[in-house]
Amino acid sequence: MAKYTLNINQQAVTVDVDPDTPMLWVLRDSLDMVGTKFGCGAGACGACTVHINGAAVRSCQLPVSAVGEASVITIEGLAYDAGRMHAVQEAWLEHDVAQCGYCQPGQMMSAAALLAQIPDPSDADIDQFMSGNICRCGTYTRIRAAIKSAAQKA
Amino acid sequence: MTIFKTAIGRRSFLKATATAGGLSLGFNLLAAPHTLAADAKEAPSEWFELNAILSIHPSGDIEVNVANPDFGQNLMTSFPMIAAEEMDANWEDIRAVQAPYNAKKFGMQISGGSWSVMNNWGGLRMAGATARQMMRTAAANAWGVPVDEIHTENSMLSHASGKRASYGEMAAAAAMLPLPKEATLKDKADFNIVGTSRKNLVGPSIVKGDAMFGIDVRQEGMLRATVLHAPAFGMTIDSYDASDAKKMPGIHDIFTIKLFPDDFVRGFSDVAAFREVIAIVGDTTWHVLKAKKAIMVTWKLQESYSYQSADFFGNKSTVTVPKQVESTTDHNKAMQALIDGDMEQKRLDGDPSTAFANAAKVVERTYSAPFLAHNPMEPLNFFADVGKESAKLIGPHQGPVLAHNTVAAHLGMDPSKVEIVMTRMGGGFGRRLYLHFATEVALISQHVQRPVHLTYDREEDMTVGVYRPSYLIKLRAALDANNQLIGYHVRSAGVPEPCSFPNRFPAGAVDNFLWEEGSVASNITVGAFRAPNSNFMATAEQCFLDEVAETAGADPIEFRLQLLERAANNPVGEKNDYDANRYAGVLKLARDKVNWNARGDRAMGVAAYFCHNSYCCNIVEVDMANGEPTVVNVTSALDCGIVVNRDGAINMAEGGIVDGIGNAMYGELTFVEGVPQKRNLDNYRIIRMLEAPNNIDVHFVESQIDPTGLGEPPMPPAMPALANAIYSASGKRLYDQPFIKALKG
Repeated sequence: MAKYTLNINQQAVTVDVDPDTPMLWVLRDSLDMVGTKFGCGAGACGACTVHINGAAVRSCQLPVSAVGEASVITIEGLAYDAGRMHAVQEAWLEHDVAQCGYCQPGQMMSAAALLAQIPDPSDADIDQFMSGNICRCGTYTRIRAAIKSAAQKA
Repeated sequence: MTIFKTAIGRRSFLKATATAGGLSLGFNLLAAPHTLAADAKEAPSEWFELNAILSIHPSGDIEVNVANPDFGQNLMTSFPMIAAEEMDANWEDIRAVQAPYNAKKFGMQISGGSWSVMNNWGGLRMAGATARQMMRTAAANAWGVPVDEIHTENSMLSHASGKRASYGEMAAAAAMLPLPKEATLKDKADFNIVGTSRKNLVGPSIVKGDAMFGIDVRQEGMLRATVLHAPAFGMTIDSYDASDAKKMPGIHDIFTIKLFPDDFVRGFSDVAAFREVIAIVGDTTWHVLKAKKAIMVTWKLQESYSYQSADFFGNKSTVTVPKQVESTTDHNKAMQALIDGDMEQKRLDGDPSTAFANAAKVVERTYSAPFLAHNPMEPLNFFADVGKESAKLIGPHQGPVLAHNTVAAHLGMDPSKVEIVMTRMGGGFGRRLYLHFATEVALISQHVQRPVHLTYDREEDMTVGVYRPSYLIKLRAALDANNQLIGYHVRSAGVPEPCSFPNRFPAGAVDNFLWEEGSVASNITVGAFRAPNSNFMATAEQCFLDEVAETAGADPIEFRLQLLERAANNPVGEKNDYDANRYAGVLKLARDKVNWNARGDRAMGVAAYFCHNSYCCNIVEVDMANGEPTVVNVTSALDCGIVVNRDGAINMAEGGIVDGIGNAMYGELTFVEGVPQKRNLDNYRIIRMLEAPNNIDVHFVESQIDPTGLGEPPMPPAMPALANAIYSASGKRLYDQPFIKALKG
């Protein structure tokens, strides 16, 4: 076990965990921040996507010891403009994207990272960037539409 | 306008609805009102329960108990819409909550078979109408006017005299009233909530990442567990050494648990290939996942054994599990041998032998499909807190009744001492009807005497079984000199069960018809997978009919419509499961919406299918590049009776279509000596954004028929419509799933 002070959702948080513990489990088990989801543990489904210094990262593949002072943003902190949801969250509601909803935090984190990189993405940009996130319910056409709406809002 | 009685005999309101499966489900609108009347001082100070479904708060909030668990079919919105409609509630006042498990009040509480809305429609309407009647009576009493003169609208009561009150203001008085003897349902033409689009009431929680799934359950003092089962079907634990693993940090205990003692009669839900598993219990999920890898296990062949099984309707049979490890090559040979040998006849019309002997043309094709893993995005998991006297379980599952008796029996407790709470599910697709993991976590909690949350990792989830069966189907068609279909012959094989729909189309439309089937015994466990068995029968049948239509020189839609016209006007046989006119209706609607006859060079494929009491026609359009299809567009026409939440229904149809296309193109689980050849999502292909259709248009047949199934029907005909579109684009017929193998090798 070792102590790590992390910058999560713009707050300093100290955890005492094994150095190889993936950020996914630090968030879910040590901090009870359960919005970040466990899907595969292999970086293959995107359910655990968080932002590390603004980039979309699969938190199940990221040991806590590698995080350092990087800014970690999770779905709970995506709406960091106090009191207002992120444009992606608003668009997800507008298009009523979710079915079961389990993958959607990861989808929204990827979508927000995409829009930060490419503010007005093409269909091809969206398909390419979002194909690391599986939605088993098959809401892909709505996700595409919501990302385009969010691009207009931002 | 329909007036209904709220009581049957001396019992309070109980509405039983017959279903396709012969099950019945009812709402017993008990009687908070009676209890309250007996001792008014005990009245709840906040919520006034008018019946099992509805409570009203003085603020005007209306809480609707949603009886069934939600895994994305959006019952948390559609159920309240039905009750709010009859209640004349203001939609903004509605709060949806997951009901507790209470069979006396809520009936079966199973999400599966596309039953939920169909089976709860009547009860929810009556619950809303009864509540409205009680509100009106309370107002009439308060104002000294006849109840018939009380008008309701948007949660407000009013009278021509100018008196007005909100439902919230009148809730306490209404709760004191006895249940009305009768109440009135609205005319369907007057619906103003049902049939509109309402946003998912759970949407805001989903986008914020709130805790709501079973895997998010957290309780004080809770430990975490995972399990390890044999790596191959047909294998079990010989011995194991966990001494190193037990010394790892954060590990509390490692031990084996056993399910299903020898004399246990397994119920519908008790499907499990691995009766003995190793449980690893520790402080965090990461601790137990790491320790699992440090356990040294010697596996051995599982001896053959038998058990008693009782199906959904209580019919008992003895199941014998063979001592063997199986490979996909063996399965395929065994199914081929069945197809080439004797099979069981399930339907015979006319004289198929003579029809085929006299045919001008005979078309004969064989279709195959592999096992599929459900892979819900939320891995299998469950929470249990087992004490000496009682137990509480919380988790994602498709129906608490499915686990209740099994868990209680394993704990040695009376079922009344075992509480099971439903959470939202991160997908189900049938997998969460089979709840061995609930029993496992109960036994683990009992062993360590602590609350425990059990999570399967993805590898364990994907390799533990309960798959979609594997199939081989041979179809033959006889055409006469006028290209009329005069004979149809099905030989349907499956491991361990075949597609068995002898009375579905085109039965009833062909004079000479023969359905035969057979199964190959296996120790690989299977269960319901979205549109069970329909999900491949549709592929075989609708791909085949496309080819038969082509051989007959007919347009594929016209060919189907002519058969359906025959089935409507002059059906063959009496036991035909479908309504030929509704079937034709979806074909015509899709044809017109896509402007089929003017499609020109656009590569389109059509398929229509009936299952789960609803009709769906999908028309898929593809572009081919580098031998792979891009699905440009899908046009879907559905007849599922009245649509409750229009946009929610469209979302579910879109999902079903994407699921069908994905599983047809990529889904596959094969076995070598009992070992599943895929273990995680890095090589088990699930459709991704790049492969999803560019556009999906969903259309509904306008209907006054009470709602039928919707979660499953759009999926099966997506598979053959895709195959038929690929043929249209490439000239290549597809016979074997996954299609990607045939396209790319």
